[in-house]
Amino acid sequence: MSLDVRLPIGGFFSLLGLLLTGYGWATLGAPGASPTGLPIDLVWGVALFVFGVAMLGLARRARKPSKERLHK
Amino acid sequence: MTTLGWVDYAVMLLYFVFVLGIGAALRRYVRTSEDFFLSGRSIPAWVTGLAFISANLGAQEVIGMGASGAKYGIATSHFYWIGAIPAMVFIGLFMMPFYYGSRARSVPEYLKLRFDEKTRALNAVSFAIMTVFSSGISLYAMGKLLHLLLGWSFDLSIFVAAGVVLAYIFLGGLTSAIYNEVLQFFLIVLGFAPLVFLGLRAVGGWSGLVARLADHATATGFAPGAYTRSWAFMGHASTNPVGVEWFGLVMGLGFVLSFGYWCTDFLVVQRAMAANSMTAARRTPLIAAFPKMLFPFLVILPGMLALVVSPTSGVRQEGQVITTSPTSTTSPTSITSTTSTTSGAPSAGIVPPKLDPRTGAPLRDAAGGVVLDYDLATPMMLLHFFPAGLLGLGLTALLASFMSGMAGNVTAFNTVWTYDLYQSYMRPGAPDTHYLAMGRFATVAGVAISIAAAYVAASFNNIMDFLQLVFAFVNAPLFATFALGMFWKRTTGHAAFTGLVAGTLAAALHHGLSLPAGASVGVKGGYLGVVTTFPSELAQTFWTAIVAWTTCFVVTILVSLVTRPRAPEELRGLVYGLTPKLVDTAVAWFQRPVTLAVVVLVVTVILNAVFF
Repeated sequence: MSLDVRLPIGGFFSLLGLLLTGYGWATLGAPGASPTGLPIDLVWGVALFVFGVAMLGLARRARKPSKERLHK
Repeated sequence: MTTLGWVDYAVMLLYFVFVLGIGAALRRYVRTSEDFFLSGRSIPAWVTGLAFISANLGAQEVIGMGASGAKYGIATSHFYWIGAIPAMVFIGLFMMPFYYGSRARSVPEYLKLRFDEKTRALNAVSFAIMTVFSSGISLYAMGKLLHLLLGWSFDLSIFVAAGVVLAYIFLGGLTSAIYNEVLQFFLIVLGFAPLVFLGLRAVGGWSGLVARLADHATATGFAPGAYTRSWAFMGHASTNPVGVEWFGLVMGLGFVLSFGYWCTDFLVVQRAMAANSMTAARRTPLIAAFPKMLFPFLVILPGMLALVVSPTSGVRQEGQVITTSPTSTTSPTSITSTTSTTSGAPSAGIVPPKLDPRTGAPLRDAAGGVVLDYDLATPMMLLHFFPAGLLGLGLTALLASFMSGMAGNVTAFNTVWTYDLYQSYMRPGAPDTHYLAMGRFATVAGVAISIAAAYVAASFNNIMDFLQLVFAFVNAPLFATFALGMFWKRTTGHAAFTGLVAGTLAAALHHGLSLPAGASVGVKGGYLGVVTTFPSELAQTFWTAIVAWTTCFVVTILVSLVTRPRAPEELRGLVYGLTPKLVDTAVAWFQRPVTLAVVVLVVTVILNAVFF
């Protein structure tokens, strides 16, 4: 198969992480946003974004050797 | 009705876009029936491994295991550490060489190669029925949840959800299902991890949970550690919440049901068959075993926490009122956030009582105790702890679990229908494009039948108990057939068929003559007369499985001894003693199946010891 599954996974979690991070940042201090005492949207949004970017990076790294072979 | 914020809907929308996008992107790679049904046998091991586990990560896992966590405590981990890992190791090391090496396209097709046509037909028909039933349960749980949390119509919910699953399988076939299962795997893990963290934090960590569950255990007549120690109270059925003694647990769940499901169910085996090599196929269940070992912390802990967290500890401290729509035919409940508890019904932690769908009053058991709606334990945890944003992630993770479970069943159904029933008995010899078209048609039909099955599933409370019952009837005798077929060359086709029929009949007979304590005669058993009573429904299920397996095993041996076996040269690649031993040289030593198996088993023993 030509589609690396890490691409859609990385894309999804990067966007999801950005969404949650942005929302968590915008609602910092708002009533009900951190009810358990933690800015959990912000923290988990960053974690998801890092995971998504890592998956995209792995997919990109996996594509490099095949391109190099094509140029040889 | 719980009100979601725009950000929650945005998370769900993003998920649906990617799920459908994966299906659309893969459409151009589906050119042959093997692409559609078997992914062209081109998927790497880590992808098939995660899909292997994710296809099983349906409603019965997330909702059912959360429910069982609230009902039975940490003893639910037996479904993983005894009821899954040993069987996953066994199939990876010993059975996969025959599935993958025989080039069979399905488990029923392997039965045809090893035994005969009638054994294949019997398995194909029973499996097809089981998959659509399981798919219907997944769909029912999803529809109920969407109605419960978002206020969507139950009917509309299941049609929308089924439509999305249909679309991505129709477009991209098994590859689309597998890719989405991998996405769903990460979504479920990353969606539930913060729930466990917040829940444990609210009760003072693991030690706080142990202390609170000790109070709950003594209040319900058990020893203090009954909900937090997995083996210590298994000496007798009456001393643990599961209501099963150790022998019934180990033999019924750990051997018969577990090996019957993980080693013979085409739903999971199909993911390994899509792997790009024999070594990758063997590594598939072993790679899957690593996350499987840790899933109790992800799916059982939320249920245990739901039983003891304070109703005022989370996001929605004002309480939840569970109401039942009297007009519904499927008894979905609805949930309403309010500032006071208007039902006045007793509950445990945040697990609400199960309500009578007609009167709205809490249901009570024969002893007058309130019956809790354990299936709501995990959804209530999401509502309780997650703020807007994370709530969207948690709900989407739940949706993902339902979809992956349903998609797993639908892809297995369309393959068995097309290859094992349609191509074999209705229209053999047609061009490949015809079978590809039939596969897509079977996908539509499978989803349609699943929707019908969803309404049948609506009459059961604990989904896991029901699924175990189905597996006991269909799968329990099957492992005896495979074990004998793969490891005893003398086993004959007539014996396999007779053994399977006898085992299934024995299961029905045992179930019909027994009844769990407190249950009414009917679907729970006793319909042929109550000869014996079990302390719990699970105990009855485990013993039904043991009876079915033993019957099949004995009958198959006896009939084999009086019928003529096939010549050894016809069985090469199909039977252990007649197949050259595999040598894994393609991967490094630490990636080889044997190494992975040893690590998995050692960690499993450690986990059992830690929670003993």
